[in-house]
Amino acid sequence: MRTTEKQFEVLVVGGGPAGLAAASSAAEHGVRVGLIDDNPALGGQIWRKGIAGTYPEAENWIRKLRSAEVEILCGARVFDHPSPNLLLAETQDHLLELRYRKLVLATGARERFLPFPGWTLPNAMGAGGLQALVKSGYSIAGKKVLLAGTGPLLLAVAAYLRTHGAEIVMICEQASFWQLTKFGVSLLKYRDKIAQGKTLRKDLAGVPFVTSSWPVAAEGNEVLKAVLISRRSKIEKIACDFLACGFHLVPNTELAALLGCRLRQGFVEVDQVQRTSREGIFCAGEPTGIGGVELSVVEGQIAGHAAAGHEDLASSFFAIRQKLRKFADALDRTFALRPELRKLAVEETIICRCEDVTHGRLKLHTSWRAAKLQTRCGMGPCQGRVCGPQTEFLFGWPPDSVRPPIFPARVESVGAPLRDVEPEYCEMRGEQ
Amino acid sequence: MLEEITLTVNGQSVRMPPGATVAAAIATASAFCRRSVSGEARTVLCGMGICFECRAEIDGRPHQRSCQIVCSPGMRVSTKGQTR
Repeated sequence: MRTTEKQFEVLVVGGGPAGLAAASSAAEHGVRVGLIDDNPALGGQIWRKGIAGTYPEAENWIRKLRSAEVEILCGARVFDHPSPNLLLAETQDHLLELRYRKLVLATGARERFLPFPGWTLPNAMGAGGLQALVKSGYSIAGKKVLLAGTGPLLLAVAAYLRTHGAEIVMICEQASFWQLTKFGVSLLKYRDKIAQGKTLRKDLAGVPFVTSSWPVAAEGNEVLKAVLISRRSKIEKIACDFLACGFHLVPNTELAALLGCRLRQGFVEVDQVQRTSREGIFCAGEPTGIGGVELSVVEGQIAGHAAAGHEDLASSFFAIRQKLRKFADALDRTFALRPELRKLAVEETIICRCEDVTHGRLKLHTSWRAAKLQTRCGMGPCQGRVCGPQTEFLFGWPPDSVRPPIFPARVESVGAPLRDVEPEYCEMRGEQ
Repeated sequence: MLEEITLTVNGQSVRMPPGATVAAAIATASAFCRRSVSGEARTVLCGMGICFECRAEIDGRPHQRSCQIVCSPGMRVSTKGQTR
């Protein structure tokens, strides 16, 4: 495997809205900027380029990056930080040594999944996951889809799937009608959000949308056939081909934690100009607080200007950031998860999908660390990214410290003398 | 419209639009991605390279995250014959 070394004045990790804005803003100052992302194309999840089309905003940013000669490294995943101002990343065939003076973390967020009987069945997926699958070439036309979870993302995904021919059988929102009404009133302050809401309402006309409702089980033999939902304290069975769940988002803070950036309540702590507690490292977008695409772009611009040494320009974005953060707070309050959702998993329900560790085995333990050591929960290739947020929600276990490699990497890349172990196993090893 | 790409999933020929991912091809072929350690059938969960449920063998390389890899002509994808 070849090793390539690259040097940047400003290196941005993550090619979603925050990362694109950060790289572009830093490059305005004529410094050498690099942008690395693990997906095959830029845009992140929200601006994921579909086979059927692209997002004009994303295209605008990408055009700016290209004209500013920002070096774009797609399909490359950061897995280690062996020494100061150095990150290691891997592509299909390359090891990349990335040296930088300033770093901007724009690592985004992932969906929160909640366990209930049958949630591991094929075709029971994340809402964003199903949207990504359709954007990347799977035809959803004619399929029956039930969406369940919380927040505006569910509606956006439902609208997307419907325009691509899916039959949306129901959208189950766990928040109450009353919470949504309060939220709707608070939206009146945000003209853009009202416009987005109107479009969604048009796209979803006629689709059953129910509040105070959530999935209690998914049924099927080797593939999903039906979902049992709780609605008005009764259980209803609804036949469908896909269940798309999304219980809000969890920030991707693993790299920030590895770099030693201080976290507060699960998010990366930043100052006025998006600077973390570590010298020369900035953070923008969802890892600093779940706030959506507009806030991510603004934070990215602030971080990009500041990382290139132009804090004066960064300050012009403070007012708009403040306004968007208030919106994010309203989202958090409205779509807070109800305690009933902690009770859905039964004894045999799998929590850790990598190692197939059940709820019954986990509940015997008192901490994430103890559960890991005794059951291998969180020790598979996802390294606890799916089950960690669940055990935190179910049992109140705070996450453990992060150790490299933060993603499974090839043995040659990690450089550990693991000759006695079969290569396949080494590739899959998590933290051990 | 650009020409479709033909690849195989467990030996079955699948045609996908250019830019499609291997995960989408596996779903189109009605195949599972893998069996879990206790033998459950699994397919994509997150679609963004986080969950590792979409792992499959691609052109002889095991454990590739199929949602992060774009289809190419003649690609051979194997999920060890796991088909619905």
